[in-house]
Amino acid sequence: MEKMKVLIGMASCGIAAGASKVYDKIYALKESEKLDFELVKTGCIGMCFREPLVEIIEDGNSFLYGEIDEKKAVEIFEKHIKLSEPIKEYVVKTDLFETKDDTFWKGQVKIALRNCGVIDPESISDYETQNGYNAIKKILNENISQETVIQSIIDSGLRGRGGGGFSTGMKWKFAFNNKSDEKYIICNADEGDPGAFMDRSVLEGDPHAVLEGMTIAAYAIGGTEGVIYCRAEYPLAIIRLNIALAQAREKGYLGKNIYGKQGFNFDIHVKEGAGAFVCGEETALMASIEGERGMPRRRPPFPAASGLWKKPTNINNVETFANVPSIILNGANSYNIYGTEKSKGTKVFALTGKINRGGLVEVPMGITINDVIFKLGGGIQDNKKFKAVQLGGPSGGCIPEHLTDTIVDYDSVTATGAIMGSGGMVVMDETTCMVDMARFFLDFTQKESCGKCTFCRIGTKRMLEILTRITEGEGREGDIEMLEELSVQIKDNSLCGLGQTAPNPVLTTIKYFRNEYEAHIHSKKCPAHGCKKLLTYTVVEDKCTGCTVCAKNCPVNAITGERKQKHLINQETCIKCGVCFNKCKFEAIKLS
Amino acid sequence: MNIEQKIIFSEQTLALVSKIVSHYPEGKQKSALLPVLHIAQAEFGGWLSVPVMDYVASILNILPIEVYEVATFYSMYNTKPVGNCVIEVCRTGPCWLCGAEEIIMHLENKLKIKAGETTSDGKFTIKLVECLADCGNAPVIQVGWDYHGNMTKEKIDELITDFDKNNKVSHKNPYEI
Repeated sequence: MEKMKVLIGMASCGIAAGASKVYDKIYALKESEKLDFELVKTGCIGMCFREPLVEIIEDGNSFLYGEIDEKKAVEIFEKHIKLSEPIKEYVVKTDLFETKDDTFWKGQVKIALRNCGVIDPESISDYETQNGYNAIKKILNENISQETVIQSIIDSGLRGRGGGGFSTGMKWKFAFNNKSDEKYIICNADEGDPGAFMDRSVLEGDPHAVLEGMTIAAYAIGGTEGVIYCRAEYPLAIIRLNIALAQAREKGYLGKNIYGKQGFNFDIHVKEGAGAFVCGEETALMASIEGERGMPRRRPPFPAASGLWKKPTNINNVETFANVPSIILNGANSYNIYGTEKSKGTKVFALTGKINRGGLVEVPMGITINDVIFKLGGGIQDNKKFKAVQLGGPSGGCIPEHLTDTIVDYDSVTATGAIMGSGGMVVMDETTCMVDMARFFLDFTQKESCGKCTFCRIGTKRMLEILTRITEGEGREGDIEMLEELSVQIKDNSLCGLGQTAPNPVLTTIKYFRNEYEAHIHSKKCPAHGCKKLLTYTVVEDKCTGCTVCAKNCPVNAITGERKQKHLINQETCIKCGVCFNKCKFEAIKLS
Repeated sequence: MNIEQKIIFSEQTLALVSKIVSHYPEGKQKSALLPVLHIAQAEFGGWLSVPVMDYVASILNILPIEVYEVATFYSMYNTKPVGNCVIEVCRTGPCWLCGAEEIIMHLENKLKIKAGETTSDGKFTIKLVECLADCGNAPVIQVGWDYHGNMTKEKIDELITDFDKNNKVSHKNPYEI
C-alpha cells in the first residue's frame, strides 16, 4: 500500500492566507506522534477562495480540504491522518462525493498548470515523476531536428500567452533563421497586469516546466544563454526558480554539453526587475536587463533579429514556456484539439474582484465568458448583479453583461474592444462605477508610463484629469468627446503596447456605459453610488435610535449626538467613507 | 541608516556582486545594476542615498548619473529614507474593488501618517504599490518577503502590534537564500 500523502498549498497565495501555520501544526504533530506519511509543500491549487488548502491522498483517493486553520488541521490530523476517517464537511473536492464547489473544476483542462498543486516545486525528482524533462530528452534521444521542433510548436497553434497572441512557433522560426554565435532565450516573468497571477503560480508551483520549455526553445533556435526576467515583487518565485536552476545544473540539464550532448551549451539566470509595469514590454524588458531605465524602443528591428545586447533574442512568457514540454511530449495534436480555429489550446485565467470563487482556472479556448464567471467562478458575491468584466488589465477593456456570451479567443475578445491580455478577469458588480473604474485604470497607466512618448506621457495625464473631474461632479459638456479624441491620439502616437492600449478601459466604458458618463456630467449623479464626492450621507430622523454606533465608528468624528437622541452628520467633515451606512443596524443612514 | 555606517560592502557581499556581474558578457557589467541596487538598498537601511548610489557606480565602474537615472525610474528603489518596516499595500484594481482604500485609511489612522510617509520613531512606512498578484486573497499587503491576504482592520491591528513588539525590519538582501 502506498504511503499516505498530505499536500499543503504553499504558493504565496496559500501562505498569505495562513498555510504556513497549518503546515507547521501538521509537521509538529507528525513529529511528536512519529507517524509515517509524506508531508509535501506544493504550489497553488487554484482555489484561492478556499485557502489554506490541504489535500490528503490515500489509496488512490483524494480529499481536498478548504479554509483550514490550525484548529481544523488538528481535527484533520486526529481523524483523517491517524484514523483514515475523512471529515466530510471540510472537503471541497473529491471524486467520492459531491461538494458545493464541484462546478469550479468542471470544464477545466490543465496543461500549463498540470503540475501546480500536484508536485513539490522544490523537488526535481517530483517533476521528473510527472514526465518532467522527458520532452527535451525525447528530442535529444530521437535526434529530432530543430526544424521539426519548431514545426510542432507552429502546428500546436500555441500563441503568446503574455497577451501579444503572436504565434510562438513563428517567433522561434524567425530567431532560428537569424544566424549568430550567441542567441538569447528570455522568459518574460514580469507579470504586472492588475488581477493576473498565473505566471506567479506557475513559477512558484512548477518552475522546472519553465526551465524545460526554455531549454527546448534553446535547442530549437540555437540559444546559448537564458534569462528569466522576473518581478522582484515575487520573492518566493525567485527563490524557487533559483532552487530549480541549481538542481537542473547539478543533474547536467543546464550548463555545458547538457544531457551529455556535445556542444549543447545552455544556462539560465534569473534577473529581477525593480517595479516597472512597462518592463513587461519586450524592448523595455531588454533595456532593463541591460541595466537601463525600462524604456521601449522602436521595432523593427525585432528582438529575433537584434535583441539583448543586439543579438538575436527570443522572448516568450512564462505560461507559454510551461505549455511547451507537454506539446513536444504529447504531440501538437494533443494541444490543438482544444480551442477554436485561430486560438488553440487552453488558457489560464485569474478570476478576481467581486466574484465568489476568486482563483486560477485553466480552460479550453472557446468557452464563453459567462461560463467562466458564473459556472466556474460561481457568480457574483453577496448576490449582487453582475455589471462588467475587465479583461486584459489596464490594456484591456470592459465587457458588459449583454456580451458575456462572447467566447474567449483572441479575435472574439478583441472584437468587443477588450483584449485577451495575460488572462486577468476583474469582475465588477452593480456597485462599481464604470467611470471611476476607467479613472482607476488610467491612473495606473499614467503612473506607469515611462515618459518617452509625449502622447502617452501627457495624454494619459490629461485624460486622468478629465476623468477625475467627472467623478468629482465637475464634468463639462464635451468631456466625453475630448476623451475619445485624446484616446485616438494616444493610441496612434505611442511606441509600445502600454500607450497603444492605455485608453482601452476608457473607450470601452464610454462605448458600453455612456449613460453613466452622462449622468455624472449632466446630473452630477453617480448611478452606481461609487463616486464619493457625489454622495451625501444623512441621518433619517424617525429611524435613528441614538445608539451612537455610527458616531463611535466614524473615522473623522463627523457625527454628533447624545445617546438616545437623533444624530447629525457634519457634511463639511464627512469623508463619505460609508462606515456609518454599513454599521447602522436600523437603516437610519440614507445615501443619496 | 546609521550615519556612522561606512558605505562599503562586506567581502561576502562583494563576492556576491562579482558572481552577479559574471552572469553577463564582458564589458556589460552595467547589467548587474538592478540586482546590486537591490542589495545596496537592503544593506544600507532600506533606501538609496546619493553616497550609496555613488558607491554602486564605483564598484560597477559606471557613471553616478547612470545609477541615479535607474534608481529613480523603478518604484521599488526608495530614494528617500524609509522606516525599518515598510508596509506595502496593494492599491490595484482587484484589491481596490475589495476594500483596499479602507485598509489604507485604517493604516493611516493607526500609524498617524499618510501613505508614503514614515512614523516619527522611524519604525513604519506605508507604501502604496501596484498588483502583488494575490488577488484571490484581496485586499493584500506585503511586508518584506511576506504576503498577508484577506486583510481586515483587525488583522492589520494584530500585525502592527506584532511588528512593533518584534521591531520588524522588512528589508533584507534578496540574494541570501
